[in-house]
Amino acid sequence: MSVTYLEAIRSAQGRALADDARVFIYGQDVGNFGGAFKATKNLAKEFPGRVLDAPLSEDAIMGVAIGAAIEGMRPIVEMQFADFSTCGFNQIVNQAATLYYRTEVACPIVVRLPFGGTPGAGPFHSQSMEAIYAHYPGTIVVTPATVEDAYTMLLEAVAIDDPVIFCEHKFLYNHLKAEKLPTDGLPVGRARIARPGRDATIVTYAAMVHESLAAAEELVEDGYEIEVVDLRSIKPLDTDTVLASVCRTGRLLCVGEAWPWGGVTAEVIARVSAEAFGMLDAPPQRLNARDTPVPYHPDLWGTHRPTAGTIADATRRLLEM
Amino acid sequence: MTDAGRELYLSAYRTMLLARVLEEKLASLYRGGKIKGGVFLGRGQEALSVSVGIHLRKGDIFAPLIRDQAGRMAFGDTVLDTLRTYLGSQLGSMRGRDGNIHRGRPKEGYYAMISHLGAMIPVVAGGLMARRFRGESGVVGATCLGDGGTSTGAFHEGLNAAAVEKLPLVVVVANNQYAYSTPTSRQFACADLLDRAVGYGVAGHKVDGTDLTACLEVVGRAVEAAREGAGPQLVVADLLRLVGHGEHDDASYVDAELRKSAVGRDCLLMAEAALVERGWATEVEIAGWHEAAETEVDETASRVLREPAPDPAEEEWVAIQSRRLDDRFAEV
Repeated sequence: MSVTYLEAIRSAQGRALADDARVFIYGQDVGNFGGAFKATKNLAKEFPGRVLDAPLSEDAIMGVAIGAAIEGMRPIVEMQFADFSTCGFNQIVNQAATLYYRTEVACPIVVRLPFGGTPGAGPFHSQSMEAIYAHYPGTIVVTPATVEDAYTMLLEAVAIDDPVIFCEHKFLYNHLKAEKLPTDGLPVGRARIARPGRDATIVTYAAMVHESLAAAEELVEDGYEIEVVDLRSIKPLDTDTVLASVCRTGRLLCVGEAWPWGGVTAEVIARVSAEAFGMLDAPPQRLNARDTPVPYHPDLWGTHRPTAGTIADATRRLLEM
Repeated sequence: MTDAGRELYLSAYRTMLLARVLEEKLASLYRGGKIKGGVFLGRGQEALSVSVGIHLRKGDIFAPLIRDQAGRMAFGDTVLDTLRTYLGSQLGSMRGRDGNIHRGRPKEGYYAMISHLGAMIPVVAGGLMARRFRGESGVVGATCLGDGGTSTGAFHEGLNAAAVEKLPLVVVVANNQYAYSTPTSRQFACADLLDRAVGYGVAGHKVDGTDLTACLEVVGRAVEAAREGAGPQLVVADLLRLVGHGEHDDASYVDAELRKSAVGRDCLLMAEAALVERGWATEVEIAGWHEAAETEVDETASRVLREPAPDPAEEEWVAIQSRRLDDRFAEV
């Protein structure tokens, strides 16, 4: 018996619906069809009237969720693909994210964003949106990288009184398996040492955690012990865990699947440079996707984003600095 | 007209009058440099706006827009909180964090608009869905916008989604002939904005926005239909914005012929004439009400002008309720 990352997301939603009458799910095709990725499979049947198909209207979907949250509900919104959340962007960043600061009324919504690249998905079904949403005040942005985190962080997201952008990586949906669902986990806001090491720190999140772990394994043959930090939450960012790791290793590589301009890797390097400059034995480095739309062909896509191989190469260069 | 009808009319008129007097004060405070930021007035739209607020009850939801001072006050907003928000008093509902027409008390069903037009439509729809989830019936949600707002994607998506869910939503469009400076000929190509109701499968209502009697009746009918479960209602009122887009704008682009036409009539003067003609009030009584409104507004303004502004050093600078999840940024 094993459980996938996708099943963990479905189970967490089922449990949230069962535990809290304020929870409902709203999104395209989430009802009887069970969602484009089957993340809500059987939930409409199990919870009649609480898993609702929405029109193809991301702005309205978000607006409806916000209004329901104002009235005390705990909506979970599924954006069919993170890429399409740009059509609901205004409601997320200007309505949901400003509500508490402006009115002292909290906006407890969870926006599930199936994100990240998969082979053949192309420019409009592959994007990573976490940095965009983290840029706005008033949001919490999480990027679970494990089956366990997908489950516990989604449950915690529903309990959080603020808008949570839940970035679930599509590449991990069926690739990632665990023995069973966890009973507890680290809270949102805390990073995790995914692999301890002493020679360099790789700070990363979501699918890149697994590429980075594979790179670290490859570097064992070269005699290096690489520490991998899984951020888990993009906002808030667990600066303390990152700084502690960098202080141990003296070297930092940030890896992200998102585009290079600004973003999570830049933010991590800015914080480390400002707060632990003296602890660095080499200039902090980063590895991101290339600065083009995400290409369709698997061969191009595989080169567009960082992989275990390119991460290992970048780490070797960092170690030689 | 019944006694109830007369009482409603009188109450609506007095609210319109108070809104007009208050807005004249806002304009004067703006010209005197006392108000920072924009001032957006609803002159010429009071009859329509008050008709929305007055037909809503406690427990309903109202998301007004920028020209709804009268409707806001009919729904329970006050001269005091209006002035506090415009003047940035720390004691106002927005505490200096937002200003002017971006005010509300969401927990009381009075939603605070964002500047992006059409955006409140799905939010009110969501509020109504929440009420339905909780088994509350007989609740109505209303929101207002102008002709320009009907061109947004949010208007389309919101009204369509509300129609699919058959929600008790009333969308009131003040077709005030200009979206900022853009005339309706550059805004939409349908013969009448009311035609849109058919496209969304919702009931449509047309009204002369300069006529308080008609506005009370038509908006009242729309609110009642929504309350009784007839689904979303679209009200389109023809009128003319009798001020600039904001007080910074002299509205010199408004067609002089339009000002002279039926659509350019001042709804407040029309209502006053009707009051006298119907024998519901004398000119002396009306002048007394005017004076009482001015006194209330002036006294409240002098009070609010002495109230404390928000103190940046005391401001918490946190945008989320979950304090433990506030991100920390190192400062030099």
